[in-house]
Amino acid sequence: MSFPPHTSLFNEGNGAGAQTLDVSLGPQHPSTHGVFRMNVRMDGETIVKLQPVFGYLHRNHEKLAERNSWLGSMPYTDRLDYLCPITNNWAYAVAVEKLAGIEVPERAEYIRVIVGELTRLQNHTVFLGFILGDMGSWGSALMYAFREREKILDLFEELTGARMMVNYMRFGGVRCDFPVGWLEKARAYIETYPAFLDEMESLLVGNEILLARLQGVAPVTAERAINAGLSGPVLRASGVDYDIRKVDGYGIYPRLSFRVPRGEVGDCFDRFMIRLLEARESIKLLQQAFAQIPAGPIVNPVVKQRGFKPPVGEAYGRIESPKGELGFHLVSEGGEKPYRYHIRPPSLINLTLLEEMCLGSKLADVMVILGSIDIVLGEVDR
Amino acid sequence: MNFPGSGLIKGMWVTLVNGVGSFFDPQRSKRLITEQYPEERPKLAEASRSFPFLIFDNDPEAGIRCTSCKICEKECPPQCIFIEQDKDANGKLFRRPKVFNIDISVCMSCQICVEVCPFESIRMDNIYEMSSYDRFGSLVVTKAQLLKSNEYYHGIHPTEAATTDARIEAARIKKAAAAKVTAEKAAAAKAAAAAKAAEEKAVSEKAEPPQPEQTA
Repeated sequence: MSFPPHTSLFNEGNGAGAQTLDVSLGPQHPSTHGVFRMNVRMDGETIVKLQPVFGYLHRNHEKLAERNSWLGSMPYTDRLDYLCPITNNWAYAVAVEKLAGIEVPERAEYIRVIVGELTRLQNHTVFLGFILGDMGSWGSALMYAFREREKILDLFEELTGARMMVNYMRFGGVRCDFPVGWLEKARAYIETYPAFLDEMESLLVGNEILLARLQGVAPVTAERAINAGLSGPVLRASGVDYDIRKVDGYGIYPRLSFRVPRGEVGDCFDRFMIRLLEARESIKLLQQAFAQIPAGPIVNPVVKQRGFKPPVGEAYGRIESPKGELGFHLVSEGGEKPYRYHIRPPSLINLTLLEEMCLGSKLADVMVILGSIDIVLGEVDR
Repeated sequence: MNFPGSGLIKGMWVTLVNGVGSFFDPQRSKRLITEQYPEERPKLAEASRSFPFLIFDNDPEAGIRCTSCKICEKECPPQCIFIEQDKDANGKLFRRPKVFNIDISVCMSCQICVEVCPFESIRMDNIYEMSSYDRFGSLVVTKAQLLKSNEYYHGIHPTEAATTDARIEAARIKKAAAAKVTAEKAAAAKAAAAAKAAEEKAVSEKAEPPQPEQTA
């Protein structure tokens, strides 16, 4: 294979006489959160053009789901956003329950909130470590974050049998109840979590280098964020009060009291701080759920998991995953397999504004901006 | 206290406290030192799972629970199970597998097979050292390698195994009771039929008294 003499990564020419340089960032780059690739044109250090290249982790998930039974797609959803598999399970279960009109027992809803908020907690903790890694500090912050995440993953392993690929939710409930002593362990662990967040905050927030790297970088106005379809922490950092836990009030969220943190400027620092604040709200939610959880069945006994056949129709079920609005659009023909199975992944749609955010920034800022959006490639490429 | 560089100093203080504090942490041996893996093994959680295996009771040939109904083969999301039913020389099918292969290079440890199995025959193992240099041979696990005793299952997942055994026992008692009921019913029906037959015989005898033999 021979390379063309002209090294432009874009289809058109190399700019009108300007001394620009085309760089292919990724896919094998530690700061691209997996196998994300960006074709970047730089004028000096400044970005003048950026083009994301997707698909290095494409696994044909949506088409595979049309071959699998309804239950058989549940373990595949673990692999979407592999940092928070439980919320992926939850979104799929919510969509199927909406499609078939299934009631979920109360205890199952509480279990879902507990594991879901633990997932949010560990996702945001890891985010705090990763964004520091993107800024070039592969050290303390990442190690502290991973130390705490590991403890949450241990809880998941005791509950579901796997650290990450949990396959935990079922239509109309969850797969297994808490083992003996799990709830006490989780409760005791969550008691220690605010101290860790305080430590993280005094380590990071206020650090002059971090502020210089984050404040004022790539601000997104609320209007622009809404128009681009952003969701989750990225949208709320721009000052939009939109949390599906409040808007849809799915599950038992209307019974729990929590606040939705919002940013003002929508720059990288707001996107960074919003995760820290949401983690604190998650702790509040967890404490309420621990206190209120009732006894009872964990799965709707009417639902037949094997050979599950929902009625003919279609449904769109969505939840607030740690990354944003995760939705499943399912079309059923009444058979054992979905006719159409479509995912609305928050990571991919939050990337819509990537070029706009990066234009005019320096090359080093691109990594921070990408990190502040918080993508997982399993979900971007599917 | 807010002068230029105070944030940096504060952050460094946190790392210092963590670094020096780790030497005096009472949990140091548990928390802060890497597990020396090949020498010391992690204690796995009871629910921990890796790949499926087949359970047999007492005898690996006669006691195999699998009836080769092929539900797991059909339900397996990545389709990594391959089953062939056993049959004798005349082509009569037995309710047991002849070939039961699991390609663990494809298996994604989702335990759907465990949930769909109606005979409590396939369960999740917790072994994890399965790597090999032979890509195609040793990663396809055969029936002989998959078969493990019920005692082994009790050893790795005690709680789950106890509930499984209780369920099997309950099913057995129910079946025995049902069989008893059926047998009693059958016996009662037989007795009733016999009584009825006797009655009918008596009635017919009464109605038609035996004719004296006609002599030619």
